[in-house]
Amino acid sequence: MTVEGGVQYSKIAEIKGPLVVVDDVENAAFDELVEVETKDGERRLGKVLEVGNGKAIVQVFEGTSGLSISATNAKFVGKVMEMPVSKEVLGRVFDGLGRPKDGLPDPIADKFIDINGEPMNPEQREYPKDFIQTGVSVIDGMITLVRGQKLPIFSGSGMSHNLLAAQIARQASVVGTNDDFAVVFAAIGVQYSEAEYFRRSLEESGALKRSVLFLNTADDPAIERIITPRVALTVAEYLAFELGMHVLVILTDMTNYAEALREISAAREEVPGRKGYPGYLYTDLSTIYERAGKLNGRKGSVTQVPILSMPSDDITHPIPDLTGYITEGQIVLGRDLFRQGVYPPVNILMSLSRLMKDGIGEGSTRADHSEVSNQVYDAYSRAQEVRALAGIVGKAGLTEIDLKYMDVGDIFEKEFLTQATDENRTIEETLGVLWKIVSKLPKNEITKIKDKYVDEYYKGE
Amino acid sequence: MAAQGRIVWVSGPAVRADGMSEAKMYETVTVGDSKLVGEVIRLTGDVAFIQVYESTSGLKPGEPVVGTGNPLSVLLGPGIIGQLYDGIQRPLRELSKASGSFIGRGITTTPVDMTKKYHFVPTVSNGDQVAAGNVIGTVQETDLIDHSIMVPPDHKGGTISNMVSEGDYDLESVLATTEKDGETIELKMYHKWPVRKPRPYKSRYDPTVPLLTGQRVIDTFFPIAKGGTGSIPGAFGTGKTVTLHQIAKWANSQVVVYIGCGERGNEMTEVLVEFPHLKDPRSGKPLMDRTVLVANTSNMPVAAREASIYTGVTIAEYYRDMGKDVVLVADSTSRWAEALREMSGRLEEMPAEEGYPSYLASRLAEFYERAGRVRAAGSPDRDGSVTLIGAVSPSGGDFTEPVTTHTMRFIKTFWALDAKLAYSRHYPSINWMNSYSGYLGDIAKWWGENISEDWFELRSQVYGVLQREDTLKEIVRLLGPEALPDEEKLILEVARMVKIGLLQQNSFDDVDTFCSPEKQFKLMKLLVDFYKKGQQAIKEGTALADIRAMSSITLILKARMDIKDDEMPKLDQLENQMNEEFKSLSGVKVSN
Repeated sequence: MTVEGGVQYSKIAEIKGPLVVVDDVENAAFDELVEVETKDGERRLGKVLEVGNGKAIVQVFEGTSGLSISATNAKFVGKVMEMPVSKEVLGRVFDGLGRPKDGLPDPIADKFIDINGEPMNPEQREYPKDFIQTGVSVIDGMITLVRGQKLPIFSGSGMSHNLLAAQIARQASVVGTNDDFAVVFAAIGVQYSEAEYFRRSLEESGALKRSVLFLNTADDPAIERIITPRVALTVAEYLAFELGMHVLVILTDMTNYAEALREISAAREEVPGRKGYPGYLYTDLSTIYERAGKLNGRKGSVTQVPILSMPSDDITHPIPDLTGYITEGQIVLGRDLFRQGVYPPVNILMSLSRLMKDGIGEGSTRADHSEVSNQVYDAYSRAQEVRALAGIVGKAGLTEIDLKYMDVGDIFEKEFLTQATDENRTIEETLGVLWKIVSKLPKNEITKIKDKYVDEYYKGE
Repeated sequence: MAAQGRIVWVSGPAVRADGMSEAKMYETVTVGDSKLVGEVIRLTGDVAFIQVYESTSGLKPGEPVVGTGNPLSVLLGPGIIGQLYDGIQRPLRELSKASGSFIGRGITTTPVDMTKKYHFVPTVSNGDQVAAGNVIGTVQETDLIDHSIMVPPDHKGGTISNMVSEGDYDLESVLATTEKDGETIELKMYHKWPVRKPRPYKSRYDPTVPLLTGQRVIDTFFPIAKGGTGSIPGAFGTGKTVTLHQIAKWANSQVVVYIGCGERGNEMTEVLVEFPHLKDPRSGKPLMDRTVLVANTSNMPVAAREASIYTGVTIAEYYRDMGKDVVLVADSTSRWAEALREMSGRLEEMPAEEGYPSYLASRLAEFYERAGRVRAAGSPDRDGSVTLIGAVSPSGGDFTEPVTTHTMRFIKTFWALDAKLAYSRHYPSINWMNSYSGYLGDIAKWWGENISEDWFELRSQVYGVLQREDTLKEIVRLLGPEALPDEEKLILEVARMVKIGLLQQNSFDDVDTFCSPEKQFKLMKLLVDFYKKGQQAIKEGTALADIRAMSSITLILKARMDIKDDEMPKLDQLENQMNEEFKSLSGVKVSN
């Protein structure tokens, strides 16, 4: 260990993958921020994963490429990694570690916040129930999003998840309110063009000045992706709980995040869980997703729409699987619908919003909302069964009522699901289409709706 | 003497400290300058391996570790009901007073308000002999809970003296003392008990009384007994949590312990918001007056998640010892198993299947064996039960993974949730072909004595229809429904009615959310009658299409929502209407 100008530098003993082992360490703390400095003055950031017996294992966010054992020093900064925050972050673009990327100077910090956050006390949470109108019928009508929810989009490579997320970001509003809102966008290992699409989409809708962007694109260091969602959420929490804004956070693509985590776990030679992902993947993902929510006595909210691409469209893959166990529902995109050119290609049968029941109904959407959407779920599920059957026995083998269900399936996909990327439907319009679908069924098939609503809205024969 | 050591190594929730030769296994220790709570889980020489129940961020080698001399324990006394605890029984309401909206570290609080006064009514007098487990008096904890103050289970007994008179006392007041062999021990309203040690009891009974949950697919098809064990595995989105919430709301037990073990924060908030407004269907009092919550959400420290299960079950046993029926719901045991796996990995133990430690099965067995209907220790005689219900979150919905397979070895009721049913919005999505209940035979007697002698027979008939449908579905899948004769099509029709009218239940509907055993029986009988009458009508030449067009079908299917528990005559009217319709169909009198 050497001391220069009061700062202690330690020598590197070993470099493997994204990790360096620092020798001769005194006084380093678990989770502490580390600056790794090369001979020519380049500085990279890292954090302590393990410390003891004079050694520290440090994960270097920007990768270890180009580091050498003899010419590299490590400096322990004496604090955990923090993100400087203030109202000035709005409208800015940062890299994956939270450093300005738009050529402007650092924003003047109001305060510095630990990027890991602290768990919200469940007793202090406010149960989310404010309906967000996204203007996308299938979400508003069938998979309702509420403020403070975490509702991921499960997609597959090449599908239209970005279009959908951008449309939600542009159109999301709470009917009848004029609250301050903001968008925090974190690109985690996505292609430059995808990140740029988002930026442009926000710019064109005039939302950019109320947005904060964190960009780690596919060519940026992979290990940085561990940090990107955390700095983004730190800013989101600040905007929400200190400044009282309603923040929509879009994280794309969480699959890249999980892969970075796997890389570190493998380098540490940990016992792997499923598919090589670490056994603590669930816990680690929860420290990101659980940062959505509302708090008692505070005005703002953090709503998360993480996007993840399911490898081989497999929903049982550990990443979507563990995500689904943490998030409050999921919006699943279907390859079949996408191939047919349907936008948004949402497979409603696999999708779900857990907080829907409290966000809809009298006072927020309409009293009949829950029952009519249940009936349409049921009808569409019957339609899918009938379609499968028709594939084997042909349409001729179907009963009259089966044929009606087939019609319902078609109308659902053509008139309800399908909509333009700039089409912003009100909840009344959305419910109108749902009743149109239900009205195609004979009355005695309607088992999930109370008579009083049937009397009011049913328009069938 | 308490151990006094120094940290030598930190990695996540795992800490090694040396100078710990005085430490005992499973002793709690305070770790570091910020006095985090930890527990010794391995001793090698003078090095102790400690799992820390709070975030270790910023912890450094060289910081002190101090032993407390005690194993991880919970405080048992009045004031527990209605609380929301973390995994090591710290009240989250109190924590928020110290650290605000987010959970801070190193905060010490007492699990219950030690200064609150309760009205104590003594039941023993000076000079009485007491033994471990004896009740010495009672206090009213909430409107629903009369709380027995008991001599601690590890007390060696003695003669009561200094008994206080009836009146208001706080938890630290000495209520009486016992004398034995010249030793005087003070008795207070509370005592402590180590969480990893089951509380003793006198004897155990067979579970023969059903735990009624008001959920038809559970009570009628796959019942669980008071003191029994059950497991509810399912992929995400299959409705595990909603089903568990339903059990916690409507089960006919006196106390409910709900453990949110590594699950969502908002789910605990939901319980906290909802339960005070929901009324117990039997007493009309708020459900919160009988509920204890233990919340260690997924993003809270993982070691405390491991402890939360034991904290919960120890509280459950304490109320059982007062002679109460207690239901403990743990959501989810998979996250608990993952916490075991994580600590095991840090201990560098040899892993078994999927990285889980080899002792996973024995830990699960130990946990589920703490269920039971027992005669409590001490006098007077009290019979209580602890029913354990654990959710399992199998990765990828695969029931062959280690936590599900090992759990199935130690439980008797298995409610298999089915993603396909959930996708078609059939809730609760309990699959009737894969689920089972080992209590059915024992419980049938109760239904026969209390509801109807025909219960078991009718249940078998309805279940038979579902089994027939399962085989017929294969044929339909290959040949289409028109390939079947009308008798078999009728089975499909009745099975559809059973699914919609009986198995499905809407937890969010004011009426349907809870179904009394009488209504469950009546709905089942209505469907069996429909089946029998339909069979006969077809035999007599009625076309199936005419039966399908009967207007009473929709009414039967909606009866679960339209007819309240206290409107049973309406179900009789519906039965008459159905019979009339069958009569007019065949044109001949259908015998009743």
